Amino acid sequence: MLKQIKDRIISLIIILIGLSILTYGLTYLLPSNPVDILIESLGMTHDPETVEKLNKQYGYDKPFWEQYWNWLKGVFHGEFGYSVKYNQPVSEALWRKLPNTIKLACSAFSMTILISFPLGILSAVYKNKIADYIIRFMSFIGVSIPSFWLGLILIYLLAVKLGILPVSGFSSWKGIIMPTITLGVTNAAYYIRRIRAVMVEQLNEEYISGLKSRGVSKARIIFLHVLPNSLLAVITMLGMSFGGLLGGTMIVETIFGWNGIGSAAMGAIPARDYPLIQGYVLWMGFIYVIVNLLVDISYQFIDPRIRRGMEQK
Amino acid sequence: MSILQIEHCSICYQNGAPAVSDVSLSAEQGEIISIVGESGSGKTTLIRAILGLLPPGGRVTEGSILFDGRDLVKLSEKQMEDLRGRDIAMIFQDVGTSMDPIRKIGSQYRESIAVHERMSAEAYRSKAVTMLKHMQLTDTDRIMDAYPFELSGGMKQRVGIAMGMTARPRLLLADEPTSALDVTIQAQVVRQMRQLRDEYGATIILVTHNMGVASYLSDRIGVMCRSRMVEFGARDEIIFHPKEQYTRDLLDAVPKLGGKRYAK
Amino acid sequence: MKKSKKPMSRSRRAAWIRFIIAAFFAVLFVAFALFASSFATHDPLQTFYDHMLEAPSSTFIFGTDQIGRDIFSRILYGGKTSLLIAFVVTGIVAAFGIFIGTAAGFIGGVFDSVLMRFCDMLMAFPGSIFTIALVSFIGTGIPNLILAMSLTSWTGFARISRSLVLSIKNNVFIEQARLGGASDWKILMVYIIPNVLPSLLVNIFQSIGGKLLTISGLSLLGLGSPPPTPEWGFMLSEGKNFMYQAPWMLMFPGLVILINVIIFNLLSDSIQELMNPKENNW
Repeated sequence: MLKQIKDRIISLIIILIGLSILTYGLTYLLPSNPVDILIESLGMTHDPETVEKLNKQYGYDKPFWEQYWNWLKGVFHGEFGYSVKYNQPVSEALWRKLPNTIKLACSAFSMTILISFPLGILSAVYKNKIADYIIRFMSFIGVSIPSFWLGLILIYLLAVKLGILPVSGFSSWKGIIMPTITLGVTNAAYYIRRIRAVMVEQLNEEYISGLKSRGVSKARIIFLHVLPNSLLAVITMLGMSFGGLLGGTMIVETIFGWNGIGSAAMGAIPARDYPLIQGYVLWMGFIYVIVNLLVDISYQFIDPRIRRGMEQK
Repeated sequence: MSILQIEHCSICYQNGAPAVSDVSLSAEQGEIISIVGESGSGKTTLIRAILGLLPPGGRVTEGSILFDGRDLVKLSEKQMEDLRGRDIAMIFQDVGTSMDPIRKIGSQYRESIAVHERMSAEAYRSKAVTMLKHMQLTDTDRIMDAYPFELSGGMKQRVGIAMGMTARPRLLLADEPTSALDVTIQAQVVRQMRQLRDEYGATIILVTHNMGVASYLSDRIGVMCRSRMVEFGARDEIIFHPKEQYTRDLLDAVPKLGGKRYAK
Repeated sequence: MKKSKKPMSRSRRAAWIRFIIAAFFAVLFVAFALFASSFATHDPLQTFYDHMLEAPSSTFIFGTDQIGRDIFSRILYGGKTSLLIAFVVTGIVAAFGIFIGTAAGFIGGVFDSVLMRFCDMLMAFPGSIFTIALVSFIGTGIPNLILAMSLTSWTGFARISRSLVLSIKNNVFIEQARLGGASDWKILMVYIIPNVLPSLLVNIFQSIGGKLLTISGLSLLGLGSPPPTPEWGFMLSEGKNFMYQAPWMLMFPGLVILINVIIFNLLSDSIQELMNPKENNW
């Protein structure tokens, strides 16, 4: 089991390195560069001297591999280059905002789980009854609705029309409610569908009849047998969809004025502040990779068939 | 007097196709009855209906299933749960798949006892181990600690029978208990079932397509074909003096040494 | 021997009805987008300065925006861009992904492992963030958008088709075809792909819906086609600033996105139900 974890970590490191090369390489190949933008935005003249001076200052005059290597070294020391837009090291610009993004992601994630598990289970147990149809209908809408539109509608209804919640995210604790609902509900729709599918599949398995024949009550069967058996598939989904959650934070942060790294990155894009964007991309990638690693490790604990190395049928 | 009486029972599935049509049979205490027939004849459906284990969409549309005089079709789910495992037990064709794959045998065994009777942790275990030993399983510690996928087919079957018989049910339903097993294990299991009746006085209803097993074990045999009970009678009657053509065809289909050749 | 005709069960009939409705509306919306010029009431770029921020009326069916443009017409033309990109990206992604995935599954060996590792690498990353970053690097405009979205989403199709191929590959009828002397290429074309395609249809329609959401998201963030080209997401971001005065700027574009995605998801769901009559398993 330890060996598998080690393998996984190694491959994940390779993946991160590959991605960093990709993103860094892309910025290198592009015609315009942060220095040009900086010069334009400051209204300075575009003469070769100034360009050269600034390039040297920010280290853009060196060859690709050297730049990449310097950057990579910096990464391991927690430095991600210098943000031209915010005029501070990228790590500083992002560091203070990272907790906010994580707070939002966790909050939305909890809401997703709180909504989707009960509804998913209900939907599966009362399959084809009215409760099931209603839940399926709502989750169908949930997967089809653009999350940002939901957010805007919420703002319109709750902040503008009714005035019970603040428009911008940061003035009070109430600020987290709407972004959480926006992210949490749209994510939950996917989960509800998946949980239902997995449980329905389990409910058709023979062991359910076996348990029933021994007199085990329906409630026991659902919570002590079907749910644990469904957990494996559900956790897989949890890991994979976390990426979507992270991506969603970017838009939601922008709409609700939430001061996290997503909105920082949004500000960096028109400014062509590539170091910051890279730092953002790398951080998100890292978080996602860690989450998936945890998911993989948890398999070992959940399914005894994996733990005890059963040969696949 | 009869412990089980099925009267004019009809069972349908969701799309309206009848799985069982107007079937009647009765079983006395301590009898072994086999229901034979080809796949699709409805014999498995009939058995499952007794315990209320029909898949969603399946319903008993007509008739009654009387156990000790009570109509099982009319009982509530809670009442059925009380009955299951305690008064009526079932053994499945593939016991391995009838158990939760991610729980140890010990844990599931304990659960099946605890549903009807509460006792201390050691008492559960010793009761289970006694039953397993009775089934001629020796390495009981390993078995109790194992997961279903770690046991062989024969062992699983015996574990299944052990679990089923622990509460001394008066009626045991067996759905093709030997079909998934190797021949030598089959013989063992079949003898075990005989013993169950001889020792505990259990009534056994056995569903099988194996005429050999049916003739060896049964007191009475019922023949089903395409949802109907074609013939039902004493074992010797059915085997040696079958009245219906289908029964004769079924018996004929069993290859006999020195008998008729079908392929040239 | 007469083949018995089973009456169609109620749920199957319902699935067919859903499919037909979805297909009908899908075609309708595509028609709206393709022939936007025939359906539109006004020029989407024309500004009517005396009719700014007007509520929906008989002239301006969905109202006007802050510089007096007809929202209805803008939505129609916006559909053109959005649906175009969604279809093109899905087409590229499906073709490429299915090809790679089928090849990997069929050929196996080192080729398969290398490809799958590469996919793992790409997938080990939140796709939407990658897309946004890519677009911010290479710039906006329809071809760039198509490129960025394609690069980040072909892996899904590759994985699915690979596993489908693997499950069929070991089937006996393939072996029989081989024994009968069929070449690998023929087996691939005649046996494997036709069996794989129907299941993939479900994913293809799902992808269209997803791309519509992605495109609107990108244009909401200002990363879509540059203005003044009408685009649903961007219209929403404009509407956000005029929520008080003109809520219809917010309502209609969003509603349109929702309905389009619903239709394609419905198409995908109903096809899946029709193909797997066992149980609606989503």
